[in-house]
Amino acid sequence: MNTEKKAYTLSILVEDIPGVLSQVARLFSRKGYNIESICAGVTTQPGMTRISVVTMGDEKMISQLSAQISKLLPVYTVDVLTGEDSVQRELVLIKVNTADKDARDEIIQIVNVFRASILDLAKDTLTIAMLGTADKTKAILNLLEEFGILEIARTGMVALERGRNNIHAQNKLKEEYNYGKTVL
Amino acid sequence: MKVRATKAIVECLLEQGVDTIFGYPGGTILNLYDELYDYQDQIHHYLTAHEQGAAHAADGYARSTGKVGVCFATSGPGATNLTTGIATAYADSSPVVFITCNVAENLLGKDSFQEVDITGIAMPITKATYLVTDAQTIPDIIREAFAVAATGRPGPVLIDFLKNVTAPNVEIEYNPLPKKDHAKEGRLAVWDKRVGWEIRTPEPNMDDIDKLVQWIGEAKKPMLICGGGVVRGRADKEFIELAEKMDAPVAITLMGGGGFPGGHPLATGMIGMHGSQASNIACDTCDLLIAVGCRFSDRVALDPQSFAKQARLVHIDIDRAEIGKNVKTDHYVIGDAKRVLELVNERITATENPQWKAEVFSHDTHVPVIESDHMTPDQVLRTIYSKVPQDSIVATDVGQHQMWSIQHFHFSYPGQLLTSGGFGTMGFGLGAALGAKVGNPDKMVLHMTGDGCFRMNSQEMATESHYDIPVITIIFDNRTLGMVRPWQNLIYKKRFSQTDLGFAPDFVKLAEAYGLKGARVSTVEELEAAMDEAIAWGHGYVIDCVIDTDEMVRPMVGGGSAITNFMLT
Repeated sequence: MNTEKKAYTLSILVEDIPGVLSQVARLFSRKGYNIESICAGVTTQPGMTRISVVTMGDEKMISQLSAQISKLLPVYTVDVLTGEDSVQRELVLIKVNTADKDARDEIIQIVNVFRASILDLAKDTLTIAMLGTADKTKAILNLLEEFGILEIARTGMVALERGRNNIHAQNKLKEEYNYGKTVL
Repeated sequence: MKVRATKAIVECLLEQGVDTIFGYPGGTILNLYDELYDYQDQIHHYLTAHEQGAAHAADGYARSTGKVGVCFATSGPGATNLTTGIATAYADSSPVVFITCNVAENLLGKDSFQEVDITGIAMPITKATYLVTDAQTIPDIIREAFAVAATGRPGPVLIDFLKNVTAPNVEIEYNPLPKKDHAKEGRLAVWDKRVGWEIRTPEPNMDDIDKLVQWIGEAKKPMLICGGGVVRGRADKEFIELAEKMDAPVAITLMGGGGFPGGHPLATGMIGMHGSQASNIACDTCDLLIAVGCRFSDRVALDPQSFAKQARLVHIDIDRAEIGKNVKTDHYVIGDAKRVLELVNERITATENPQWKAEVFSHDTHVPVIESDHMTPDQVLRTIYSKVPQDSIVATDVGQHQMWSIQHFHFSYPGQLLTSGGFGTMGFGLGAALGAKVGNPDKMVLHMTGDGCFRMNSQEMATESHYDIPVITIIFDNRTLGMVRPWQNLIYKKRFSQTDLGFAPDFVKLAEAYGLKGARVSTVEELEAAMDEAIAWGHGYVIDCVIDTDEMVRPMVGGGSAITNFMLT
């Protein structure tokens, strides 16, 4: 089994009930792993929420973690996604210092190159919104650093599998997880 | 029909066939206790001395009867006192529904008197927790809680009612529903229709079964491990059939005690840190090892890397998350032990392995008897075993006496041995023994304990005496923390830091203070006389057996080392 550590995105479909997010998050700390980012949102199905968690780990640890999460009663299903088999994006809001007028033009150029957008323009600040991958976000932050980043806010990574594959697909593993959850 | 909310709670318990509750009242749960007052002829409530005792009693009741145990406690300290009991039940997959009441909604979150977030605290040690804020959800939640506790891999569940939900003027719409119809209404019905979740028990995967059957056919040196899952799943008959058909030696884990008869000619005794030589060596030399309902804890697979490395290792478990958690296995089957073993038994033919068995049983299956000036644990156990019916239930605490008792007694049916294996809770035994006796009034119940453990929950003698629950307590009194001292002896250069319990009370006088009888014995003759008196008397009895301080549990394999690397034989 591969023991190299890399970023995994756990896509978790849960029943939308109180405490479900803390139940999921608790498992990460219980197993001693860091959450790099976490975000949750409703889906098209009523009462169903999708939680996307990015964490660093090796294959064995991720499979154990997803096994433990799959065991939780409000969890419908867990998919482990990597950069290769899925599309992943996060939204970043960056407020940059533009006290220097020349800086403002330069920043607008950077924004254009990165296909980001400007949400708010004030006398001495500029707020940028950019949709991107982890690499792209890192690159723009590097470039903007010299102007002075006043603050940033990030949504955390969301991800979907490429092609027709999706989280509802059933497989033997998912059936096995459900065995322990049978309540009738 | 409209009924009072608390009445709905109690009626829902009756739906589940609950007739016994262990608990302790307090401010916030008064409404529920007031309701119980009207149900005294249907529900027997046992008031314990401490909430922890109630939790262990409900656990012992559940383990010994196979039914779901029920335990009540109030908010705040009442609820937190349960937590050790909840964690004990969780570690050993014992089905118990814990019911607590919290402060009223207007006081919630204000650090009110006796307020604690028990659903948050209990989350990591339960299968599910429920905070009931809307009285109308009571029937749904109770039905769901019992279903969750009892099925799949069993475990504890906690329901926390806000006090205003149980107020006497709150009425809800409650329609009695027999248990078999619970999945037709409410949340269980929603779950039943839920996409991507098969909540009705599915069949084990037949390809997995076929592969296992093929491997069994190919094995020359097969070996079995009987784990706690065989006991919880009451799969003992199927397991015996499998062992006999395969003609395979059986090692029994601590939690597997009672899943396979200890006196069976194929039994090699316990496995792991204090496992027999036969069990441990066989695991290291077999070519097929099938572990049923065991999780390869660090007390069994001491070194997970080397454990049964030479063998094809097959894991049968109901919980997919256990596969590959501790030990890398070569094949697994997910399913209820009873059903999986049924399917396997149908497909295999009986064989014989005389040579392999001779090899395995050339090693000791029993514990070596060491001579001593004092009465030995071996003598104590032999004497007791000769005096009691063979189907007596044994509840243990945690420590040397636990290992000795389990090594010596031959358990023959699930629920005969009650022990805190996973969590290792000192003080578990007396509560569990009382719960077991309440659930099995026709059986003799022994409580095996040490002088350290007994002091942790000895106040439950008050419960034993008040309700006249005749349990015989055997104290292995070595005036030390016997499981820790040998480690200090062998590993910490005889620096006996804080393990001396020489200042213990007079346990006989303590028993008498609670209205029980007791005897302090230091010879086999005295012990025999005390046992005779205890059995004849028919009420709670405490026998304080004086043994040597330096007794050790043999054999012993050090933590983390290869399973055949015996420090003591």
